[in-house]
Amino acid sequence: MTFAFEIPLLVLLILTAASAMLVKDLVSSVFILGSYSFFLALVWAWLGAVDVAFVEAVVGAGLATVLFLLTLFGTNPKDTRLRRPPTPWAAIVGLPLLGLLLMYGANGLPEFGDPASPASTHVSPVYLANSLKDTLTPNVVTSVLMDYRSFDTLIETAVIFTAGVACALLLRRDQG
Amino acid sequence: MLELVGAWLLRPNVVAFVILFLSGFYIMVTHHNLIKKVIGLYILQTSVIFFLVAFSAKTGATVPILLPGADPVDVGLYTNPLPHVLTLTAIVVQVATLGVSLALVSAIYRQYGSLDEDEVGKRLE
Repeated sequence: MTFAFEIPLLVLLILTAASAMLVKDLVSSVFILGSYSFFLALVWAWLGAVDVAFVEAVVGAGLATVLFLLTLFGTNPKDTRLRRPPTPWAAIVGLPLLGLLLMYGANGLPEFGDPASPASTHVSPVYLANSLKDTLTPNVVTSVLMDYRSFDTLIETAVIFTAGVACALLLRRDQG
Repeated sequence: MLELVGAWLLRPNVVAFVILFLSGFYIMVTHHNLIKKVIGLYILQTSVIFFLVAFSAKTGATVPILLPGADPVDVGLYTNPLPHVLTLTAIVVQVATLGVSLALVSAIYRQYGSLDEDEVGKRLE
């Protein structure tokens, strides 16, 4: 009963990912990937992660789709239609083995929504209890992002600046 | 074996994560078109972020925005905010790496006139 809302969303997520993988036309594949991002944002909103859902809907579904389309229209590839390549045997053997290993490891993880799981017992109650006192911000995600871990966010902007410089250098028109 | 399947049914998020992760990895390994490989990379990255966010959920808890007038905050009432913060950073970095890889792809197209891995390899020789 707990998963009555989530299971259809997860099925839609896997279906959109599979069709983005199988569709041969790259433009349709990119648009299906955008809908995949929206379903992911819905799942995250259901899990209570509204800030992450907003960021995924804006940055993942919006900006990433625009970047993909700009690349597709900029390259104007004649080989938009894919041909079917032969699958290497290492992928046929290795990927199911990796999947089995991950599923075996899933057995030892805490159950879904367990309030006594290790992730929810060490530091996160401290942030929840003291955030309003320390920062006067009711949104705990904002106060952790901008106050407790503001150096993390500062270095993240440095990462984005580096990525922008790298894109500008790669896309220069007059390179010899 | 039966209890293993029961354990998976209690954790549908992990099962969905494993399927998405493997399909993204499969695209990256097997497809020969560079843009298709970047699509696989995107699916792989979002599946890992989804795995991390799924740990933040608590039963009977709401979004981590404090209700007014609760002076000693009831910690069990709100989901764990820490995975949200860390994955917010990860999503933005993910799109930055996506932009750089797409810029690389279009630079490769401008230099070699193809998006196919084998064609580019042939023209390199």
